[in-house]
Amino acid sequence: MITELGHFALILAFLTALFGAIVPLIGAHKRWQGWMAMSEPAAIAQFLLTLAAFAALTHAFVTSDFSLRLVVLNSHSAKPLLYKFSGVWGNHEGSMLLWVLIVTAFGAAAAVFGGNLPPTLRARVLAVQSLIAAAFFAFSLFTSNPFLRLVTPPFDGQDLNPLLQDPGLAFHPPFLYLGYVGLSMTFSFAVAALIEGRVDAAWGRWVRPWTLAAWIFLTIGIGLGSWWAYYELGWGGFWFWDPVENASFMPWLIAAALLHSAIVVEKRESLKSWTILLAIIAFGFSLIGAFITRSGVITSVHAFASDPERGVFLLLILAGFMGGALTLFAARAGTMEAKGVFAMVSRESALLLNNILLGVAAFVVFVGTIWPLVSELMFDRKLSVGAPFFNTSFTPFMVVLGLILPIGAMLPWKRARIGKALRSLRGAFVLALAVGALAFALQTGRSAVGPVGLFLGAWLVSGAAVDLLSRTGRGGFAERLRRMLRLPRADWGKAVAHAGLGIVITGIAGLTAWEAEDIRVVQTGEPFSIAGYDLVLNGVESVQGPNYRSTMGDFTLSKNGRVISTLHPEKRIYPVAKMPTTEAAIDGGFLRDIYVVIGDPQEGGGWAVRSYYKPLANWIWGGAILMAFGGALSLSDRRFRVAAGARRATATGVPAE
Amino acid sequence: MIRFIRIMLLAALPLLAMAPVAQAVQPDEILSDPALEARAREISKGLRCLVCRNESIDDSNAELARDLRLLVRERLVAGDSNAEAVDFIVGRYGEYVLLNPTATGSNWLLWQAGPLMLLLALGMGGFYLRARARAPESETAGLSAEEDARLREIMDE
Repeated sequence: MITELGHFALILAFLTALFGAIVPLIGAHKRWQGWMAMSEPAAIAQFLLTLAAFAALTHAFVTSDFSLRLVVLNSHSAKPLLYKFSGVWGNHEGSMLLWVLIVTAFGAAAAVFGGNLPPTLRARVLAVQSLIAAAFFAFSLFTSNPFLRLVTPPFDGQDLNPLLQDPGLAFHPPFLYLGYVGLSMTFSFAVAALIEGRVDAAWGRWVRPWTLAAWIFLTIGIGLGSWWAYYELGWGGFWFWDPVENASFMPWLIAAALLHSAIVVEKRESLKSWTILLAIIAFGFSLIGAFITRSGVITSVHAFASDPERGVFLLLILAGFMGGALTLFAARAGTMEAKGVFAMVSRESALLLNNILLGVAAFVVFVGTIWPLVSELMFDRKLSVGAPFFNTSFTPFMVVLGLILPIGAMLPWKRARIGKALRSLRGAFVLALAVGALAFALQTGRSAVGPVGLFLGAWLVSGAAVDLLSRTGRGGFAERLRRMLRLPRADWGKAVAHAGLGIVITGIAGLTAWEAEDIRVVQTGEPFSIAGYDLVLNGVESVQGPNYRSTMGDFTLSKNGRVISTLHPEKRIYPVAKMPTTEAAIDGGFLRDIYVVIGDPQEGGGWAVRSYYKPLANWIWGGAILMAFGGALSLSDRRFRVAAGARRATATGVPAE
Repeated sequence: MIRFIRIMLLAALPLLAMAPVAQAVQPDEILSDPALEARAREISKGLRCLVCRNESIDDSNAELARDLRLLVRERLVAGDSNAEAVDFIVGRYGEYVLLNPTATGSNWLLWQAGPLMLLLALGMGGFYLRARARAPESETAGLSAEEDARLREIMDE
């Protein structure tokens, strides 16, 4: 019964979305207040209806209702409760429902917080958002309906893919979707502005918080996914340049570019048409990501849904939205002329360079991701494009970006002198050089990755500190420190996010350059060492989990005779899903992780054991958290809250219909 | 009888699936010469496991990946250089096995796409910047009366 209500709510939401897409658009065109005003209740109703549908599906999963096809395929009565919840989106149909729920949630948020928008713009933004929702409602209902029943329900379900039964992956998709779909809001603003034919500083200000929010969520989502890969896949890799990873990375890069170009629109009324184009492309990459993940066109580790019919439908959605928006862009871009005048060397030109580097980097990732497909279709060459390609062709962009970032961040608007910025960054540069030189002196190998990465990291972090300090003017140290604490949150957000990038680069460089690995057969009680740490296998036992059986090793980790911790790496077997997983045991530290994986018992006795010394591993995720935190600081800046406050004043001023 | 066999097979399936999986590089694969082993690892990282999705044979747990790892080591022990060993594998399994695509033929486009795009973007960016730098300074049009009122409203709050 509850399932049928959920199904019905989903259909109703689809119809509401169609209504909410058409009526306000006509209303805005004809300036009919009543029709335009329909956009808000339509947006909120869609959200509530989709929420009801989502709740119904969650209910079915939590109560293990095996008359539902989706529950049978992806759940089991013995599965822990957390994964009954996360199982809702741990499959294609359910994740699509989550996706469309987030689309409508953003629409409803825009309806609630969008009071300060001009009425026609608000109606058009919500209408475009409804149109996106309608497309995905149709996709969900016609090709991947989560509410299908089975005629003869089985006794129990087939369990969720064990790799997905993990806290890191339970929350990875929702964050990623919040990011992907957050970009739909930016897209709606861009298309509405194109219909309106007007882009000004105010538009830049309205669009920035949505972009920022989407970027923060994407950062967290990608960070979680990479962390999960690190501890779950069994050898401590954190990024594989897998098509599905690239699908989330491309929107992130474009969103980062958009974030910066929207500042130029907001402060200087320049780069307008470029910003609009970026907003369209950013959502385009989100759609391409959905297509790549769900069509199985480019097979990869994560492609858990492979169905050509769905792929074609998604391709139609992609073509429709991108084609429509780009045609509109071609027709209207000419009307958006830049106002601000600035010199070749200025904050504006630095941000333009940032956009070029991020945009071309995203382009490189895109070409590499689709090249196997293009090559097979056009040149009849079946080939692979893997990590080595991306490492060589993507990394230079990030190195250049890291080099120029602290300088660009210090340049003033309109007209700047590089010499001045360089002078104030002198200390930061010397410090970074010293850190790089130290890394070079201490390492034994010849690799340049470590020293260069550490140099860049130190340069970015100290550059961010100098940037903050330079805003405090003259005076004593205490006085400047007090002023620094009172700087706008946007300034702090910028510095924290840029420093976070530095930390990520440091972590990646350290881990890549100085990782140590040891693979051997280990007898019980026989000590061995990895990078100066000693490990002893005390024993191996069999443990029964809620829905798996585990072979668990017991290791003691010590250094110079002092015991640091005991580690319990596991090899699990999920009998229902018939899949094994490895659970690495990690002793995490500030400067290093010790990572132990237990393998198979050997014929001559003993166990295959792989152990790793992973320097600076936690810096990667720490840096990602810092970046997201910096974004959140910036999002909470006064100027966005002021705009939100102004809404209440106008809301009372508009006469009721 | 056939029916019986089928049931037996079905019953045995889960056991087969639960047979211990090989995990990436195993202790018994490792060569005694560390220099040779290091070269083998280096080569393995650039070769794709053919039955996996975007995994190198160095990372993969699949049986086929193990066979390829052993094959690479065999060639190295036989005295092949790194390039010869890779060529041997490519000769057997085709270009698909290379994770790092060669820059030959149509792949030239793949490798040059980034640099070409960068040049194009820098050119367009420079063009735009020059136009901005030369644009007349005048057009800082003031706010309209309506915008003025709105601004005051915001500032008063």
